[in-house]
Amino acid sequence: MRRLELVGWITVAVVLSGLAVPWFLWGSSTVVADLPLWLWWHIGWMGLAAIVFHLFAQRAWGIGIETESTDSSDEHGPDRSPRSASGGERP
Amino acid sequence: MSLTLQLGIIVGYLLLALAVGLVAYRLTDRTAEDFYLASRTFGTIVLLFTTFATLLSAFTFFAGPNIAYQQGPEWILVMGLMDGIIFAILWYVIGYKQWLLGREYGYVTLGEMLGDRFASRRLRGLVAGVSLLWLFPYVMLQQVGAGTALQALTEGAVPYAAGAGLITAFMILYVVVAGMRGIAWTDTLQGVFMLVTTWVALLWVLAAVGGPGAATSALAENDATAAFLSLGSAYYTPQWMLSTAITIGFGVAMFPQVNQRFFTAGSRTVFKRSFALWPILCVLLFVPSFMLGVWARGLEVTIPAGENVLPAVLAEYTPIWFAALVIAGAMAAMMSSSDSMLLSGSSYFTRDLYRPFIERDVTDRREDLLARIGVVVFATAAFGASLFNPATLFELGDAAFSGFAQLALPVLIALYWRKTTRAGITAGIAVSQAFYLSSLFLAVVPGSYAGWTAGMVGMGLGLVVTVVVSLVTTPAAEERRAIYFEGLGAD
Repeated sequence: MRRLELVGWITVAVVLSGLAVPWFLWGSSTVVADLPLWLWWHIGWMGLAAIVFHLFAQRAWGIGIETESTDSSDEHGPDRSPRSASGGERP
Repeated sequence: MSLTLQLGIIVGYLLLALAVGLVAYRLTDRTAEDFYLASRTFGTIVLLFTTFATLLSAFTFFAGPNIAYQQGPEWILVMGLMDGIIFAILWYVIGYKQWLLGREYGYVTLGEMLGDRFASRRLRGLVAGVSLLWLFPYVMLQQVGAGTALQALTEGAVPYAAGAGLITAFMILYVVVAGMRGIAWTDTLQGVFMLVTTWVALLWVLAAVGGPGAATSALAENDATAAFLSLGSAYYTPQWMLSTAITIGFGVAMFPQVNQRFFTAGSRTVFKRSFALWPILCVLLFVPSFMLGVWARGLEVTIPAGENVLPAVLAEYTPIWFAALVIAGAMAAMMSSSDSMLLSGSSYFTRDLYRPFIERDVTDRREDLLARIGVVVFATAAFGASLFNPATLFELGDAAFSGFAQLALPVLIALYWRKTTRAGITAGIAVSQAFYLSSLFLAVVPGSYAGWTAGMVGMGLGLVVTVVVSLVTTPAAEERRAIYFEGLGAD
């Protein structure tokens, strides 16, 4: 379960990186609302990235790093509850 | 008028910084951990801005708009991928893990963290040595830049050597007194200052030229810049854009003053919050500063030879006091980037070279003293070098980001792959460094491979060598193979 989630997030990271440059607009000089269209894509994409990063921080922070529930050899315990929000905080 | 004003603003800024440093000094414990890491207590805004200001101040104001003026605005996309996405992801993948490990085992430097895991003093020394090899010339370049800028600003009244010397002396005083806490606080002030002034500058210039529509049409109608609006050019090829974004993005994470900041966060929440803010900060800062450079070209603002674009644009369209404020602020920011580098350079030297190899048993108090002496030695040596500005050092400083990028993949593999061996990571680091250095200095090793840079190829080489050598060697008995994988996040 957790491993599948990890693969999902890695895919998201790759897609976010891969389309940060709008390759499909290569050579295009279309101007929309006073700026090149590809610059609008950049602005939108960075906004999207910020939202995705925020969701990651809320839902999956610690995945692949913290060991209690991310030990990859431990695939048999899908019912483990997520760590409490304070996990990792200094007391 | 402008000169007095600019000098007044610079001096005012330095005094403010010193006051902040003194407040920080009063809050300081006399230990090396506090001097280097502010005892791992930073909050979201301070951590975000200190990393950002350390990294990008001079580039955002000077080199970046200059390139945009010459070549078009595509650098914005490179910056977005590099800092908004790649560095943000590394912030989690390398940064958060390093923070957990640092808190668990008390690490202060990257070399210390690796040396402990692989039970190798030599590896620790190698990482510190390689880092200093790239950091030292980079600091020297900052001093050269500051000395030259001061000379230009005062029209020769302050000669280059005196300017660079004054700035070095101030930096030493400041770093020795303030430590990490003071530096981070002034960085935060600067970060906010940069963000606000960039936007004010943008709005001011656009209001003067009739809005973004007029500025963009001027680009399209001007023969020299008509091609700027279309994505890509002979300069901005896909290979070059990707190579640049990837090598710098990874290189940044290994730059000592940035890497060390991974250890300074106060809590897990600080990391989580700053993570999502990276892409936003990139858009807010780079879009306006680079577009100013591009639009200046279309509007045919003339740039005197050897001068920067942004000051010329501001001089043309905004009141003199505002231009002076921005330029003085940018120069001050340049200096404060060097502060952080001095501090980190000194910590790499004292903790990973001096202590393990020369004097093993030192008390906390003595290490704190050594750290401050290290700052003086490092800064003075870099100043000495900056007087001669030898070609070799210039080239090393110029290539520093790619040089640091060579460290990233071996470190990443060690952090996430249990089977990494001491021989594997040592070979990965040594081979990729040797390759990249040869590409810089030996004619037989090319600098470009089908459009991909040598820095990028070297990273791949480091990855392959680390994995292959780890597979064919067995771990040394003393290696602590589990420490990167067990008990992390537990409290």
